[in-house]
Amino acid sequence: MSRIELNAVRKNFGTLSVINGVDLDIYDGGFTVFVGPSGCGKSTLLRLIAGLEDLTSGHILIDGRDVTELGPAQRELAMVFQSYALYPHMSVRNNIGFPLKMAKQSEAVIDAKVRKAAETLNLKDFLDRRPGQLSGGQRQRVAIGRAIVREPKAFLFDEPLSNLDAALRVQMRLEIMQLHKSLGATMVYVTHDQVEAMTMADRIVVLNQGRVEQVGSPLELYDRPKTLFVAGFIGSPKMNFISGALASKHGAATIGIRPEHVQIGDASGAIHATIRIAEHLGSDTFIHVDSADLGAMTVRATGNIEAAPGTALSLTLDPARIHRFDASGQAIF
Amino acid sequence: MTLVAWTIGILMFWPILWTFLTSFKTEQDAVLMSQLFSTGWTFENFGIVQERSDYLRFAMNSVIIAFGSTLLCLLFAIPAAWSMAFSPSKRTKDTLLWMLSTKMMPPVGALLPIYLIFKEYRLIDQHIPVLIIMFMLNLPLVVWMLFTYFKEIPVDILEAARMDGAGIWQELSRVLAPMALPGIASTFLLNVILAWNEAFWTLKLTDVHAAPLTVFIASYSSPEGLFWAKLSAASTMAIAPILILGWFSQTQLVRGLTFGAVK
Repeated sequence: MSRIELNAVRKNFGTLSVINGVDLDIYDGGFTVFVGPSGCGKSTLLRLIAGLEDLTSGHILIDGRDVTELGPAQRELAMVFQSYALYPHMSVRNNIGFPLKMAKQSEAVIDAKVRKAAETLNLKDFLDRRPGQLSGGQRQRVAIGRAIVREPKAFLFDEPLSNLDAALRVQMRLEIMQLHKSLGATMVYVTHDQVEAMTMADRIVVLNQGRVEQVGSPLELYDRPKTLFVAGFIGSPKMNFISGALASKHGAATIGIRPEHVQIGDASGAIHATIRIAEHLGSDTFIHVDSADLGAMTVRATGNIEAAPGTALSLTLDPARIHRFDASGQAIF
Repeated sequence: MTLVAWTIGILMFWPILWTFLTSFKTEQDAVLMSQLFSTGWTFENFGIVQERSDYLRFAMNSVIIAFGSTLLCLLFAIPAAWSMAFSPSKRTKDTLLWMLSTKMMPPVGALLPIYLIFKEYRLIDQHIPVLIIMFMLNLPLVVWMLFTYFKEIPVDILEAARMDGAGIWQELSRVLAPMALPGIASTFLLNVILAWNEAFWTLKLTDVHAAPLTVFIASYSSPEGLFWAKLSAASTMAIAPILILGWFSQTQLVRGLTFGAVK
């Protein structure tokens, strides 16, 4: 359990600058998610915290202690990798016990801790198997088991669910959240999946091109995005962006409105549009429309709505839900 | 499909089977090419061959040259492949290609200068110089093979070990070595086989003292006339050790331990 501070952290690979001066405070016991498009530097940032990469400049503090120059082992953090990174030649028991063995704990202590972790993670029956004999979800549990036995100061997860199928992903997501609750440990989690970020995090750090775009709770980011980038990245389907005359009318270079804040009506309304295609999810219908005034837009309607392509309709934007952005992409509040 | 496979397999194996069977025939039977099986089987040929040309000395030389050069190859290739696989630089790819390109040159192109050097410095028919030639000959291939094996070891696993508190020595001995061992072992075996069978350089650069089994077989071909049975016996004796080694190690040659580590 601990607090992690990043001060003016920079990382260059050769001439390429990957992390451009990140200041961040990761609270004790929180579930912080780094999210961003691929290549935004989120994994690199996690690896810098882990000590697997050297900083070009800046400092990293864990519980007030400067760990910038320390190796991964001395930082007392545990990491769960996207590829699981289990030791293929060792049994599940030895995989989970490996960090304890490295810490020179006695056999009895190792055995007890491995047993306990296996119980927590439903791995009791698989202790003598090798990773190759396990399913994807079980392997991921072994990787988590290996992380929890050490009782680390914080857990680092690098896209741990992206190799799992959709159903298993949802289940493991819940298990990790459950684990966070029961351990009360600091967790830092990297994902490119904004749904994962929204559902798991108590704090989301949105990264873009090696910079922090915005830090906040999931709903804060959803309701009050500070930049055009965050507005577009968080939320699915994406926020609609409109520039031109309508934006100027609202005193902005660009305005944004989420698909659920656009109402559809019959063709008599002010903004005319035509249905291009509709996606029926059962609970919702995503209607993609083309409007002469606004361009392509997405509308989210609750329930299953009849929406034949080519049908003319009108759109109404909820004025209270319009996000305004200036020419540099910063939000105007 | 199975029939086709068996036919191709038997066709490819035919010369070896023929040699093997002929080695147990009398010389009279052996010249009758149309007759696959002998009327009177005999071990006589092996005795004669051993008596006449000291098979064991040639075999020992083969062992020294094949195993010695392979060990030397590994000594240089393991660190080289290791660094290229795990901390590649901008020129790693070019270096690897350049190393492989040396294998594309016809060896006969280098024969004259090397032969002259060997002659000038009285290196012909000495163990160590031949062993070094064999080492240089196979080094690029060994580096390549090891590089591809090491490349398959996910860096994540090494990083996981580092996160788990393993020092560099523990990372090497407990995580890397067990995972790399099958790759190193199969490279070792394959290279021993290559070095064992190499005939171009050994025939040119050895004579009696350091001559391996390739020279032993060759000595039975022309000067002795048409003695099929004895030539076959000599061939059988020369290839038997490596065939047996290959047979017993085939699981090792094929097996990969890294399966299931990732994904």
